[in-house]
Amino acid sequence: MIKKTVADVAEALKGVEDGMTFMLGGFGLCGIPENAIDELVRLGIKDITCISNNAGVDDFGLGLLLQKHQIKKMISSYVGENDEFERQMLSGELDVELTPQGTLAEKCRAAQAGFPAFYTPAGYGTEVAEGKETREFDGKMYVLEPAFKADFAFVKAWKGDEAGNLIFKGTARNFNPSMCGAATITVAEVEELLPAGSLDPNEIHIPGIFVQRIFQGKSFEKRIEQRTVRQKS
Amino acid sequence: MLDKNGIAKRIAKEVKDGYYVNLGIGIPTLVANFVRDDISVEFQSENGVLGMGPFPFEGEEDADIINAGKQTITTLPGASFFDSSLSFGMIRGQHVDLTILGAMEVAENGDIANWKIPGKMVKGMGGAMDLVASAENIIVAMMHTNRAGKSKLLKRCTLPLTGVGCVTKIVTNLAVLEVTSKGFKLLEKAPGVSVKEIQEATEGNLVVEGEIPEMDIS
Repeated sequence: MIKKTVADVAEALKGVEDGMTFMLGGFGLCGIPENAIDELVRLGIKDITCISNNAGVDDFGLGLLLQKHQIKKMISSYVGENDEFERQMLSGELDVELTPQGTLAEKCRAAQAGFPAFYTPAGYGTEVAEGKETREFDGKMYVLEPAFKADFAFVKAWKGDEAGNLIFKGTARNFNPSMCGAATITVAEVEELLPAGSLDPNEIHIPGIFVQRIFQGKSFEKRIEQRTVRQKS
Repeated sequence: MLDKNGIAKRIAKEVKDGYYVNLGIGIPTLVANFVRDDISVEFQSENGVLGMGPFPFEGEEDADIINAGKQTITTLPGASFFDSSLSFGMIRGQHVDLTILGAMEVAENGDIANWKIPGKMVKGMGGAMDLVASAENIIVAMMHTNRAGKSKLLKRCTLPLTGVGCVTKIVTNLAVLEVTSKGFKLLEKAPGVSVKEIQEATEGNLVVEGEIPEMDIS
């Protein structure tokens, strides 16, 4: 067994520097690497490029890094729900690259799986495809999209073991699996870190080979963005 | 004229037994409330769930189980979770039978715009570009005109496009229309709405052939 555990978030983020590109898992506030984000805020790393489907809300998730003006560029598919984000984008402080959600996921997966680029129909004929190579296959048009390149991927899983194997829960899975192994160093924070052998190999979602560092998160707030319920009749 | 629930009710009739369906945010979400309960349908949410159920009972919300609108949801027997890449594989690979989404503008050639108003609103396209570029069966649910009373069914879209030539059917508060090579073909009119009113609210070419039946929204 190759051990991937590190003591804490500080050790897990060793090597992060100004100007780096980070991938961060999560959809909305669901399944985001809360502990890594807090540590990035604490470290005060600047001029970051973030690849993340969303940009958090004003006072949680990536919104915390935006508040401190630590982000130079966001690569996302949807950035509503965040006033500070909108302000920085419209004033030109923040560079934003909007990418279709499926393309965003696949650009991560391509980096993970060793594909330099792939063709997708998403965005053909729109401003997203401007300046990009297009090609026809079987009468349909496709856009060539390159794989992402990133220095660190910060992901959040439900359970993990010392070997870096990961299991996700519910829709907190989202972008996290595709980001594992898609950056030079993948850091996984888990709710429950277990000894090797505790997880059934049949049930592993991401094998430890894609993870360089794993630690148990100190706390997870797991904030709900839209609490919707029905009444018991 | 229909309200939002009326539009959703009419669209629900397009949902057939055995369909996997992706519902967008807004009116499309309401469609789930009106699907007949004697057919088997599974709702997909692109953030990674198939077999979506209703909202949880109060106190049973789980932060780890949400839909693409970031709302807390439940799952039904037979449901599954998966990652974003696999989710869009389902969509791109045309395994989802029907996509229902909202729009700001639709053109008579099937172009759709629903993600950006330059200088005003830039929230992003989310999964909409992937959905419209891949799905074979796309129904747009929207009001026939915008708040200023201007038609949303146009000759050409004026806003940045989400996808080209992809919309097949449109259900509005006034009518059901099909996108054809000649323009918007009027299929049905809403209760109490005349063909003339639909004509006046449609900027794009409206094709009217024969007697137009009234929508069944029972």
